[in-house]
Amino acid sequence: MLVHSRKGKWATWTVFFVLFLPLFALPLLVIVAASFAGHWSGAFPSDLTAEHYSAATRGESLQALTTSLLTALGASLIALAAGTWAALAAAALKRRGEGTSRLSRGCGRILDALFIMPVAVPSVVVGLAVLVAFSKPPVILNGTSTIVVLAHAILVTAFAYQSVSAAILRLDPAYEQAAASLGARPAYVLWRVKLPLLLPSLTAAAGLCFALSMGELSATMMLYPPDWTPLPVRIYAATDRGATFTGAALAVVLMGATLLVLFAVSRIRTRASYR
Amino acid sequence: MSSGIRTMDSGIRFDSVSVAYGKSVVLDSLDLTVEPGEVMALLGPSGSGKTTALRAVAGFVRPVSGRVFIGGRDVTALPPHRRGIGMVVQQYALFPHLRVEENVAFGLKARKTARADIPGRVADALEMTGMAAYAKRYPRELSGGQQQRVAIARALAIRPGVLLLDEPLSALDAQLRSGMLAELARLHRELPDVSILYVTHDQVEALTLADRIAVMDRARLRDCGTPQELYRAPRTAFTASFVGNANLLPVSVGVGSVSLGGAEVKVDTSGVAAGVSATLCVRPHLVGLGPGPNSLSGTVTEVQWRGATHRVLASVAGHSVKADVRELREPPALGSAVTLHFAPEDAVLLAAGVSDE
Repeated sequence: MLVHSRKGKWATWTVFFVLFLPLFALPLLVIVAASFAGHWSGAFPSDLTAEHYSAATRGESLQALTTSLLTALGASLIALAAGTWAALAAAALKRRGEGTSRLSRGCGRILDALFIMPVAVPSVVVGLAVLVAFSKPPVILNGTSTIVVLAHAILVTAFAYQSVSAAILRLDPAYEQAAASLGARPAYVLWRVKLPLLLPSLTAAAGLCFALSMGELSATMMLYPPDWTPLPVRIYAATDRGATFTGAALAVVLMGATLLVLFAVSRIRTRASYR
Repeated sequence: MSSGIRTMDSGIRFDSVSVAYGKSVVLDSLDLTVEPGEVMALLGPSGSGKTTALRAVAGFVRPVSGRVFIGGRDVTALPPHRRGIGMVVQQYALFPHLRVEENVAFGLKARKTARADIPGRVADALEMTGMAAYAKRYPRELSGGQQQRVAIARALAIRPGVLLLDEPLSALDAQLRSGMLAELARLHRELPDVSILYVTHDQVEALTLADRIAVMDRARLRDCGTPQELYRAPRTAFTASFVGNANLLPVSVGVGSVSLGGAEVKVDTSGVAAGVSATLCVRPHLVGLGPGPNSLSGTVTEVQWRGATHRVLASVAGHSVKADVRELREPPALGSAVTLHFAPEDAVLLAAGVSDE
């Protein structure tokens, strides 16, 4: 704690409880409450029931959860591979450009810009772009599950790229140089030194991508085929037809599943960090 | 790659090597030869280009002109992993995700050494640096000195012909440093064929360990010679002040003597023409208090107690003169008059043209 005086500490905690807690925690608690509600007309829900959950973990809803998990898994793996590769390439280009070559430094910057694009462009636009691009020959993916995974991958790769880039920047070049002086070829250095040292950041990036993909709605809405309906689409559909409490139960399932996966990933991360 | 007992080729040669980043020249046409089996110290202040010179041998900087040779082979265009060098850096750079033995085995595996030979060579390298008991530990579980030993073992395991040491002791505390210095000297005796390029800013390390010292300043080689030569007969004022912190006094040269602010001082003036101005160089520990063969009178400006010695700073004809004398019972008072002396044979006269700009 950076605040030292007793008064200051109290003030800080008060601000935290009054402002931040209602803003961040309360809406989530309300969702949980709503998911058990039979009716909600007063200040608190009434006729508490677990019925929504039994509906949310059966049939089409269960299938939607599986769809979401598979989509997020596929998208985050693609994003991690592509983002890491691009981040390594950009770092190498920028480093080579340090001395003389403007060209390679410029290429590094272009890579930076290219991979930030999907963050800067609204996801609806990305969804539409993917739809238009892959609805005509030579590659027709319209109406397949692949197009959903692809769109998610495009959207989340930017985050993988950025977090891996930051980690590479922090990586002491002395490790790479020590390995090279010992006679290790660049590929050997990558597999045996750089990737293992980046592993904590890679798992963090994978977790982030997974969570983002689990929650993606706007691009998915434009692309999903009937047999590949991710959970957020079902939540939206349920709420849209007035079944708010069913939607809430589905939302809690989505939240729980995502948190569970993130928790598992963070366990791997703890084991992978060496300091 | 050789995986046998024979070490790789030894010896380093810089042939007019220049390194520049954009317009700033960090190494200016360095010519230097390190003989097989020789320990060469690159000594200089920070920014003198000494680390750049080492990195040019390792292959981490590419010279804008000139060639670098290792064991007679031109390596200027070779990437670092094909140069056959061992390198130890200040911050150790041990791989944190590998155990000590895996760190030491890294170079052997990378070079595809026969699998059966690896454990023996790892054990040899750890034995040589006294780290055999720590083979199963991770680097984070070791002290700084132990990590440095592992880094040396890792570099030696590949049996390089050339060992590059970049300020290897500067992250250690003073006591560990002197211990490691003795260790390095022992290692060199055990590996007589290995050329060692030792970058340091510490003159004690250079004087203790090196067969020859190359003194660098502002991207240039200023002086090169054995420690004794540089210490007793420095050729430039920079060397004289950087190695041994000498007194440098401007004098005008007569015949057999020089004049320092009006006072006659007897020194060997051979090699310096009469009538010119020159720099007189005397080591502080060779200056004594009281009258003697070459007496200088001045005023005490500062007295520092250093345990076994006192350093007396006096102003002589407007120039500050340092004298390191055995601990005094009654150190002179500040502002009091003092007489200093030194033997004629302890002084070196540097012609003005030779001294640094």
